[in-house]
Amino acid sequence: VSTAAQIAADPVPSAPNFYQAGKGIGAWLLTKDHKRIALMYLAAMTTFFLVGMTIGVFMRLEQLTMGPTLMKPTTYNALFTLHGVIMIFLFVIPGLPAVFGNFFLPILIGAEDVAFPRLNLLSWYLFMIGGFVALTSLFTGGGPPDTGWSFYVPYSVTTGTNVTMAVLGAFILGFSSILTGLNFITTMHRLRAPGMTWMRMPLFPWSLYATAWVQVLATPILGITLLLVILERVFHLGIFNPAMGGDPILYQHLFWTYSHPAVYIMILPAMGAISEIIPTFSHRTIFGYRAIVYSSMAIAGLGSLVWAHHMFTSGMSDFAVVVFSLLTFLVAIPSAIKVFNWVATLYKGSIELRSPMLYALGFIFLFSIGGLTGLFQGALAVNVHIHDTYFIVGHFHYVMFGGTGFAFFAALHYWYPKMFGRMYNERTAVVAWAHIFVGFNLFYFTFLVMGMQGMPRRYYDHLPVFHTGHIVSTVGSWIMVAGLLMMFVNLARGLRKKVEVPANPWGGVTLEWTIPSPPPVENFAKQPVITEPPYTFNPATKEATA
Amino acid sequence: MNVEAGSHAPAHRDYVGAKLGMWLFIFTELILFGGLFVAYSMYRFMNPHDFHHASGELNVPLGVTNTVVLLTSSLTMVLAIVAIRLQRKAQSMLFLATTIVLGLVFLVIKTFEWSAKFHHGLYPGAEHLLTRPPGERLFFGLYFGMTGLHGLHVTVGVVLLSVMLVLLYRDRIRHDDFVKLENSGLYWHIVDVIWIFLLPLFYLAA
Repeated sequence: VSTAAQIAADPVPSAPNFYQAGKGIGAWLLTKDHKRIALMYLAAMTTFFLVGMTIGVFMRLEQLTMGPTLMKPTTYNALFTLHGVIMIFLFVIPGLPAVFGNFFLPILIGAEDVAFPRLNLLSWYLFMIGGFVALTSLFTGGGPPDTGWSFYVPYSVTTGTNVTMAVLGAFILGFSSILTGLNFITTMHRLRAPGMTWMRMPLFPWSLYATAWVQVLATPILGITLLLVILERVFHLGIFNPAMGGDPILYQHLFWTYSHPAVYIMILPAMGAISEIIPTFSHRTIFGYRAIVYSSMAIAGLGSLVWAHHMFTSGMSDFAVVVFSLLTFLVAIPSAIKVFNWVATLYKGSIELRSPMLYALGFIFLFSIGGLTGLFQGALAVNVHIHDTYFIVGHFHYVMFGGTGFAFFAALHYWYPKMFGRMYNERTAVVAWAHIFVGFNLFYFTFLVMGMQGMPRRYYDHLPVFHTGHIVSTVGSWIMVAGLLMMFVNLARGLRKKVEVPANPWGGVTLEWTIPSPPPVENFAKQPVITEPPYTFNPATKEATA
Repeated sequence: MNVEAGSHAPAHRDYVGAKLGMWLFIFTELILFGGLFVAYSMYRFMNPHDFHHASGELNVPLGVTNTVVLLTSSLTMVLAIVAIRLQRKAQSMLFLATTIVLGLVFLVIKTFEWSAKFHHGLYPGAEHLLTRPPGERLFFGLYFGMTGLHGLHVTVGVVLLSVMLVLLYRDRIRHDDFVKLENSGLYWHIVDVIWIFLLPLFYLAA
């Protein structure tokens, strides 16, 4: 690769890396360096993830036995709400864009920083304030919210628990998300390196581009919806209150107009990260670069038109229901295109099964199950049967955790040496991955089965017929959590051990592997000039992406 | 950039990038209000007569006056930008100050209108409003929700323009670097445009 060779031949070893420039907590809290902001997001999100995970463990423990053992039903209601709010708003939605997008988007397009570095820092502060407000709702007012993460009216307006504060937290988090999206779009339009045409941009930035548009265009709808819930609670506006002439179904429409596109905010960057990892560990150019690019944009577009498939049992005209069902099936096409492209990339590649690759392959497998079970719910008759059962819970954990979660861990293991200039223990990483993968399937596949049999979601208790399933699932959760803890400990221990990490430990060909690990403050000593399509591993494969 | 991190890179200015970012932000504002406009259209479709009747309660002359006030403020906003581009700093500051004053006039008139409605018991949660048909309750719920959010935006705009006035005074906005002022102007115009839709939907529906 000419760009890589060009820069590698001209190293500036004296340039301080971004850890060395500016010490002390103040230098971090006031930084405008996208790399530092990314790490601050990572620290915050790891904490939130561990909190959300712990809550999940307690929910599984309660389901290990029949009847109330560990907690009262109301506590269980509060726990699933918190688990949802924390995992969705504080981990899965912001996860990949805020951490890896911030760190690697500018580097992947050959830029020094994002377009608005100060706004980027503001996004982080809004994220922290929003998270803080949401978590404060636990301990103040009428107690932790118990509405579920979707805050459905009329219950969210009438419950005495501290919904107002939790909703306000989500509103602030939405603001943070919008500003990040706006920043990324502008960055990609204005700061691509000379020679990096749109069709030479790597696929992670492309997925962030599609995501950013959804963030900018969909999040304000969540903003106004949550604002209306607050206004309903405080001023009794009546918009969603049937007694005042309002309609609760309008809330569901507005909520899902954002929250369905939001699942594409969650999954698109994950797909982008996978598109980076698969070629590197197959040592082969990505198959169907353009198809992946267009399918990202298609998912962003189509995904914005399918929201009412969450409401098939809420009451809608037959015509509307059929249209939304059809559109839902259409989204499967671009998603499948991506899966086929990743698998085709593996074909005749020189596959290296390192831990990031294992997570990536895990992603493909779990995401496929998650995606296909989604189609069950898009089918109208089946939907009525499995609506509000464990099937839907199993489905979105396959997509959100098996998909985005695994991609997040894949990206973490892939870019770890670049971000920290350190290395984790590969063998432990693989063992941890195996635990997570096996535990995950035991945990959530059982959910799919129980859902088909009729186990309703959000119940603190279950009938004897589901008892075996719940035991299997809870045991699965233990294996998975053991794996997750092993993974985090392994990554944390890696930070402490000083080792020399080469600039390009995996043999990757994108721009981040041309600069030292960890990167210098300015990213590039010399402005990179791009002369080739991305993922060009050898001249023979050039035509494939040209 | 990164001054505290010891960077030596010169601060670069990207006029097009700054404008692009602002336009994206304006999209989000439009969609934020869009949710309310959807609610309005749905409920008006469901209760055409109640909306028609409730609209008659609003003070049309005051609504029209406020429209004129806001439109004039948009004009002075543009003139402030033109003036600074022609290096007429004093003139630019005068126009910008006029814009701020007109924004405040709008808010004052709005306050009078709101207090009149409160006086007549036409606000969400009022005993009197509960005796009215559901469509009228919704109308006033939406009226306070939408003009309230709009008023909040005018307030933010007034604060923003006041900051710009200070920056102008301190020569941080100049004839060759005025994108901050221009972006603030864009924000001010979008607040105007939203009002232009609110006027017929609420005041002229009768």
